Amino acid sequence: MALQSSISKISRRLLLAAAASATLALPAMADDTIKLGLVAAMSGQSAKSGEAIVRGLSVAIDEINAKGGVLGKQVELVVRDDESNPARGVVAARELVQREKVAALFGGLDTPVSMAIVPFANQNKVPFMGVWAAGTPITRNGAPENYVFRVSAVDALVDKALVAYAVKKYGAKQPGMILINNPWGESNEKGLKAALEEKGMPYAGIEKFQDADVDVVPQLTRLKESGADVLFMVANVAPSSQVVKSLDRMGWDVPIVSHWGPAGGRFSELAGPSGAKVHFIQTFSFAGTLSPKAEVVLAALKKKYPEIKTLADVTPAVGIANAYDAMNLTAIAIAAAGSTDGSKIREAFEQIDSYDGLIKNYKKPFSATEHDALTSNDYIFTHFKEGQILPLTN
Amino acid sequence: MLLISAIVTGLAVGSMYGLIALGYHVTYVVSNTVNFSQGSSMMLGAVLGYTFAIRLGWPLPLAVAMALLLCALFGLVVERFLVRPFAERGSNGWLMATVAGGIVLDNIVLFTFGKEPRAFPSILAQKPILLFGAGVFPLQLVIPLVGLGITLALSLAFNRTKLGKALLAVVQNKDAARLMGINVRVAIALSFALSTALAGLAGLLIAPLFSIHSDMGTLFGIKAFAVAILGGITSASGVMLAGFLYGLIEALVTALVGSTYTQIVAFTVVIVALAAMPNGLLGRAATKKV
Repeated sequence: MALQSSISKISRRLLLAAAASATLALPAMADDTIKLGLVAAMSGQSAKSGEAIVRGLSVAIDEINAKGGVLGKQVELVVRDDESNPARGVVAARELVQREKVAALFGGLDTPVSMAIVPFANQNKVPFMGVWAAGTPITRNGAPENYVFRVSAVDALVDKALVAYAVKKYGAKQPGMILINNPWGESNEKGLKAALEEKGMPYAGIEKFQDADVDVVPQLTRLKESGADVLFMVANVAPSSQVVKSLDRMGWDVPIVSHWGPAGGRFSELAGPSGAKVHFIQTFSFAGTLSPKAEVVLAALKKKYPEIKTLADVTPAVGIANAYDAMNLTAIAIAAAGSTDGSKIREAFEQIDSYDGLIKNYKKPFSATEHDALTSNDYIFTHFKEGQILPLTN
Repeated sequence: MLLISAIVTGLAVGSMYGLIALGYHVTYVVSNTVNFSQGSSMMLGAVLGYTFAIRLGWPLPLAVAMALLLCALFGLVVERFLVRPFAERGSNGWLMATVAGGIVLDNIVLFTFGKEPRAFPSILAQKPILLFGAGVFPLQLVIPLVGLGITLALSLAFNRTKLGKALLAVVQNKDAARLMGINVRVAIALSFALSTALAGLAGLLIAPLFSIHSDMGTLFGIKAFAVAILGGITSASGVMLAGFLYGLIEALVTALVGSTYTQIVAFTVVIVALAAMPNGLLGRAATKKV
């Protein structure tokens, strides 16, 4: 492991050097810009998520800068790779705050990384905006002065929504859980148990599996034999597809209600046609009839990133949309604070009155006690059809 | 039904471990060295097969042959640059060098092949057939058969053929072997080519049941090494037997006790088995002649 990270460190250095020389070529006006930092997975299996976040933030920044920026200054994004590693995430956050003097930090997909940055952000009074990682304690961290905000799903709320959906759509009486064996799976095990208990529902069983498991049939057979009528699934895209393929092989046609793992990649290709049976939660989708705002953002994305040709290329949409709204809310907060002082921005976040965003029209998105801008009303259920994420009715 | 499906699963996955572990066995019996990038060789087989068959649209047999050939070539490169310079000086540096080589390969594939896991569909893994009431893909039955066939072929080749005996002679006494007209360097290089080709074959076979990405081989490589040691790295049939056993233990523990305990039980069994049988299931004790 140590060796692996040192090797990838070398390649990363090369990339950073390349990136640094690229930015040097531009007229650098460090004092005339407001720098904002992003710490996310830019390499490894979750690299696609980092790319989506950068795109969402960048499109929002372009719009903001075209209108004259914030506090009369242009906004500049500084990106650091956390390699999905909490220790590297903290180092990157520290570097961004102390050397790059960023006014606020944005976080990535990995809950463990965000959890590691939370105490640093609170101690150093730097606003930390989560745009993806859904771990409940990220925003509900118990700090007396909480600098952490989020425009994304929250595990505790997602789990309630999953249970509600399973009951409403499939009449679930005794669901089973198939969860990835890591802290994310664990966080949702707690959340799902609590959500079921709230409804007075029993569960058929809880099974864990690993990222590298080729065959999940033994776990699924246990759930089947204990009488599960719906499955709750929590795993990233590749392991999720192993569950679907194993179900196919068993010939067990059971409804699957899933967290948003499948959205992170080519789920249709990996899971085959049965992948369409997996209904998973999202905060946003570019499919269907779009709001005027979504049309504008989509056009801007296509213009800025020519490799985006169809809707299938705007994935994962949640990362883009969450990041876009989070950046706009942050700009509003900095403008209202009248300075880049962390505690003033924090207060300004809690005072934001309204913002008509991509995901919804935010009304008082944050308060002293609520640092999550999205609620369970903002979740939608979707599924993959021929490579596209399509929203499901009800 | 729970038991049947667990047994089929265990045998199929176990033979994958066995195939990769045979690669450790082959180089060990010829040169007393091991290629620790076997997991990456497995990944390379799958990635190359995918690239040729799906991206370039080559006919499957050609794609498979080409992938295996390139895997063998990778084995030659590993031997020439990561093993030979150290082994010929009597250093154990090849140990870290092959680990590092595997990581370099993983990263090269990450940057060239891409970050997203991809699927390698196969007609043998689309429609399950019923076996004693449990659904299995035909491929899951093919894999153990391939594993058994290759084990048998290797055992016969090493014990019955001239080439096999020549290869084994190398490890016993390099100088004597050289005097008998055996080209020691070629023999060792051949064993590395064979070992990475075996891992590549494992990768190609597992690909339709799994997804293809740059670090798909990491865990397989580690488990296969445990299997090689468990089986007794000097015996091909011991290694394959250990592969089947390890796969079965994993699947049965998951099915009967629950997935939380799988890794704990499986690796505990390996430790206990090695304590009881230090040379592995069918391995021979190493005798050092002075």
